[in-house]
Amino acid sequence: MQDLNTQLTQKAINIRKNIINAMGINKSAHVGGSLSCVDILTVLYGRVLKNIGKDTQDRDRFILSKGHCALALYAALAEFGIITEDELYTFGENDSDFPSHIVQNKQKGLEVSSGSLGMGLPFGIGSAIALKRKNLDKKVYVLVGNGELNEGSNWEAIMFAGARKIDNIVVIVDDNKMQNDGDSKNVLPVFDLGAKIEAFGWDIITVDGHNLEELEAAFEKAKNNKVPTAVIANTVKGKGISFMENNSIWHNSKMTDEEYSDAMKEVENVN
Amino acid sequence: MLINSETTAQLSRMSSRGAFGEAINDIKDPDNKIMVVAADVINSARLNNYAERNPEKVINVGISEQNMIGIAAGLANDGYTVFCSTFAPFASMRCFEQIRSQLGYMNLNVKVAGLLSGFAGGTFGNTHYGLEDLAIMRTIPNMTVLSPADCTETVKAVQAAAEHNGPVYIRLTGVPGQPPVYKEDFAYKIGKAIVHSEGTDVAIIATGTMVYEAIRASRALTKKEISTTVVDMHTIKPLDTELLDKIFKTHKLIVTVEEHSKIGGLGAAVAEYKAVFPDAPKQIIMGIPDEFLKAGSYTYMLAKCGLSAPNIVKIIQENI
Repeated sequence: MQDLNTQLTQKAINIRKNIINAMGINKSAHVGGSLSCVDILTVLYGRVLKNIGKDTQDRDRFILSKGHCALALYAALAEFGIITEDELYTFGENDSDFPSHIVQNKQKGLEVSSGSLGMGLPFGIGSAIALKRKNLDKKVYVLVGNGELNEGSNWEAIMFAGARKIDNIVVIVDDNKMQNDGDSKNVLPVFDLGAKIEAFGWDIITVDGHNLEELEAAFEKAKNNKVPTAVIANTVKGKGISFMENNSIWHNSKMTDEEYSDAMKEVENVN
Repeated sequence: MLINSETTAQLSRMSSRGAFGEAINDIKDPDNKIMVVAADVINSARLNNYAERNPEKVINVGISEQNMIGIAAGLANDGYTVFCSTFAPFASMRCFEQIRSQLGYMNLNVKVAGLLSGFAGGTFGNTHYGLEDLAIMRTIPNMTVLSPADCTETVKAVQAAAEHNGPVYIRLTGVPGQPPVYKEDFAYKIGKAIVHSEGTDVAIIATGTMVYEAIRASRALTKKEISTTVVDMHTIKPLDTELLDKIFKTHKLIVTVEEHSKIGGLGAAVAEYKAVFPDAPKQIIMGIPDEFLKAGSYTYMLAKCGLSAPNIVKIIQENI
């Protein structure tokens, strides 16, 4: 177990390295929110999801609804061998298949086109119903941002999934407490997010979104739930790069030469 | 469904949304691939029979159009052919972005039926009119846009949409008792317009309920020795450009007629295509003016906008 966790910790470090390398110098990326969800992606790809990158019926479904953090997903897919490093490094290039917001490509593990917020969760419910209709014992995992939950369409979906007890859907909220304009508590306070979702008939599991063991335990618990599950992952925007942490400038920004070197040095020591 | 004069009359009495429900009810689904997702319009879309027979295939999401399209998209992504429905303004506008960025972008197999389009909402007024759905829907890459002329063609459109791979918008208008254009079975193919009469002077290209008016106008014009071609352009996208190529070469005047805004619908689609032809004939676009009109009954609203056979005749006489 210790070895496995060490391996997983190393994976998370590598994914952060991939993010910084693919972003490179003078290329804009939603790096803050990408770094905040790395550990969630590490556990999902390292422990939970099966048959990703294969366009088969029995693949697990992972939907990155906060599509602006595509870079984190590409970085994880590269680390887990689903896409090549060459493909990862086309990020931000003209005509890339791996642009700033995801374009569906199931063979490459990209389940759904995304980028416009509030669309992944309704889509995930459709996927979850389809899996049930086909008697496939699979779950759908949807990663949303806390800022994204400002979008009303999420609440339509949350209301529906709770009412219909769609128990094969797990939503992970990357709750980094920030969004484009800064601190979410200033932009639009949501008060107790967990209580709100719970009121619609969901089970809520709150974890440290940078603790791999807590994340894994949450996904394990969600497997047996008879209602939809929301894992609220408390995270830090820009996690792992001190000058990016909790700094809204890095919601979407470019690195200079110097910032790139500093980021690479730090990324080795994260976790 | 056997289409004959008897079924045509039955369909016509229930209006296009009734015909939609009947058509869904009639679809053969041996592989269990059809799903229906509706936003609190099971009754309005006459889907009750289908829902009673196939409760596991019908999802009522309540009044949440964005969620409806998302759920439909997720189902389609897993191989289902999904029919969605709500009233046309909501179907085309409230969830437009979901339709564009999910159904269009991923080319998903979801068919959206916009009920009560055009002025079919009558005294409900502008919030419930479908004035711009053709314009909006045809901007989306991968989208097929259908605009049936009557209840019989609605059945044909639903059948064709079920077999077509990709997103489709079906615009349903007209009210119960709308006179049918098609009283017998006929060949219907997406993208292939139906020519009702072939003339030499004027081509009246109509869609939706205006096909019936165009046919009536054509008869009146024949008596006045004006020879008209009448086209049922039931597919707004992809447009039947092969037919238009011929029409542009052989007619002196084109008149497009639609129960839709003059902006962006059938008239605009024809004009956009016609723009590159140096010697193409003049075109008159008949449709709904660019303003929010005070509400009234269905026939009152059509008359207010000059969407009638006598007015088509008048416009043609003035412009020939």
